[in-house]
Amino acid sequence: MRSLGKFGNFGGIFVPETLMPALEELEAAFLKLKNDKKFNAELDELLKKYAGRPTPLTFCKNLSKKLGCKIYLKREDLLHTGAHKINNALGQALLARHIGKKRLIAETGAGQHGVAVATAGAKLGFQSDIYMGTKDIERQKLNVLRMKLLGANVIPVESGSKTLKDAINEALRDWTANVKSTHYLLGSVLGPHPYPTMIKFFQSIIGKEAKKQVLEAEGKLPDCIVACVGGGSNAIGIFNEFIEDKKVRLVGVEAGGSGIKSGNHASRFSDKKLGRVGIIHGTKTYVLQDHYGQIHNTSSVAAGLDYCAVGPEHSLLRQLKRVEYTYATDKEAVEAFKLLSKEEGIIPALESAHAVAYVMKKAITIKKDDVIIINLSGRGDKDLDQIEGIIK
Amino acid sequence: MISYSEAFKNLKRKKEGALAAFIVIGDPDYKTSLEIAKRIVDAGADMLELGLPFSDPIADGPSIQAADIRALNSGMDTKKVFGFIRELREHTDIPIGLLSYFNLIYQYGIEKFYIDAKKARVNSILIADMPIEEYSAVSAYAKNNGLDTVLIVSPVTDNNRLREIAKNTTGFVYVVSRLGVTGARKDLRSSTLSLIRRIRQFSGKPLCVGFGISSPTHVRNVIEAGADGAIVGSAIVDLIAGNISDKNKMLHKVYSYVKGMKKATIKQNL
Repeated sequence: MRSLGKFGNFGGIFVPETLMPALEELEAAFLKLKNDKKFNAELDELLKKYAGRPTPLTFCKNLSKKLGCKIYLKREDLLHTGAHKINNALGQALLARHIGKKRLIAETGAGQHGVAVATAGAKLGFQSDIYMGTKDIERQKLNVLRMKLLGANVIPVESGSKTLKDAINEALRDWTANVKSTHYLLGSVLGPHPYPTMIKFFQSIIGKEAKKQVLEAEGKLPDCIVACVGGGSNAIGIFNEFIEDKKVRLVGVEAGGSGIKSGNHASRFSDKKLGRVGIIHGTKTYVLQDHYGQIHNTSSVAAGLDYCAVGPEHSLLRQLKRVEYTYATDKEAVEAFKLLSKEEGIIPALESAHAVAYVMKKAITIKKDDVIIINLSGRGDKDLDQIEGIIK
Repeated sequence: MISYSEAFKNLKRKKEGALAAFIVIGDPDYKTSLEIAKRIVDAGADMLELGLPFSDPIADGPSIQAADIRALNSGMDTKKVFGFIRELREHTDIPIGLLSYFNLIYQYGIEKFYIDAKKARVNSILIADMPIEEYSAVSAYAKNNGLDTVLIVSPVTDNNRLREIAKNTTGFVYVVSRLGVTGARKDLRSSTLSLIRRIRQFSGKPLCVGFGISSPTHVRNVIEAGADGAIVGSAIVDLIAGNISDKNKMLHKVYSYVKGMKKATIKQNL
């Protein structure tokens, strides 16, 4: 490997030896292609003409009035397939084609990444096998159907908590067995090097566009940017361009589930007891675990945030105090989901609703005329079944 | 306590390969697991490879993951692991290796883990999710406590990595017989045999082949191909899982299975 992919003391490559040659191959391809004009032109073309980039920055007049500040949404929900996941899926699929892989495998929680991979697979001519926990299959039926229509196999995962963590375990096992023919298209800024760095590269287009757009609209940088954090790829994607702009407050919102004290949540940073530095799925980062290091089960109304670990770069950004991390509970996220739908005519993904919920909660301490960007990472169509159950 | 080098030397003199047996500590519970380990020793195993149960064992297949869950549900934890080995040491001197995922060692405290392993008279530690690139996190502790380092080589490991891995190995090289996770398999691919020959070009260190070894024929094949030993894991774990309700039957089956596998390591029988 050219690098160990460390973010301070976090990150790294903690995988079985069998996967090392594939990670070396992936790193080499990424380092070569990220500066390759032809590759970038091809990706750019796909993102523009197929996925629908750039996405707009929408001013929320009604919500702004209600909360007493200027709220903008970065509209990743308007992308093809309905979430930011397609940025990474197209990028990695294109890269996999360059290194001659024939098959894509992926894990999915909410199903958005699975749909994005199935889509990229269909468009670029791969066979796609998507691992998904049976608990997530149950709560994201529509996305399962979409993946099937797109020609992918959805492989149910029955082990462990039957959610995203277990889907990653199975995908890693599959990759270990089929490493020569298969590319593992990981969906977030997680896992062993080079994934966190490579996925940041493919997602950072969100922040690049947002910066240009907010400067056009307001003539200045935003005061605050808020994004939900599961693995944290949409957050890294929008934050990255603003890291050096120290005056821009960056806030990551984790899933508070039924509340921190309940233990049923996915807040790696807010739970002092369960959330500690550890090693899972190839990387060193904050992980929800017991005293001995057995991984703790997580819980969130948003399947896409329901994961035991956070991307390693987030651990570093928190340590450096560059990004503040907080959480919104299931209840707060559902309230935000309803509010944004009613006030602005935009139905957010339950994941993204966590970021909206933070702005609602903090509305009192925000100064008038403060410019806030919320990364609306996905749309909420997939969540309607679940919301129907909750609202009843 | 017998070192790996003594053990391999003795076996060579006797014209035998090593049979290393793997179980998960605490599967299905502490007491039964200890009895199983003793019976494996009594059946003639030359080495024990003992796994620490982990909730998310990405290098293992369904058999061992299920064993991990049985052990964890019965209350096994890292502290009890060392008590287990101390008790087992009263029964045997053969080399005992620990297999763990890094997070368990990290949470216990890396230094404390290696010190406690030494105190319990463990011979070696293998970390399933730690490639050579990350080994500096533990290598000094292993060295200071006189614990051997067992590293894995797989069929896709290229010669550059092979050289580096062989150099840093002190116990034996754990040769993964095929791509994929642990689990009993019917066939043993010829690629395993060519891998053994390839490693031999770089290293005179003892080689033990694991993953998918489930029959005496597999054992005979790998010893014939030049390996110093065979590691059997999932097949024993499957016997445990299949006889949970009848402990005596379980112990008996494990005993006679290990005995049959050991017999296959004897070279004059080839």
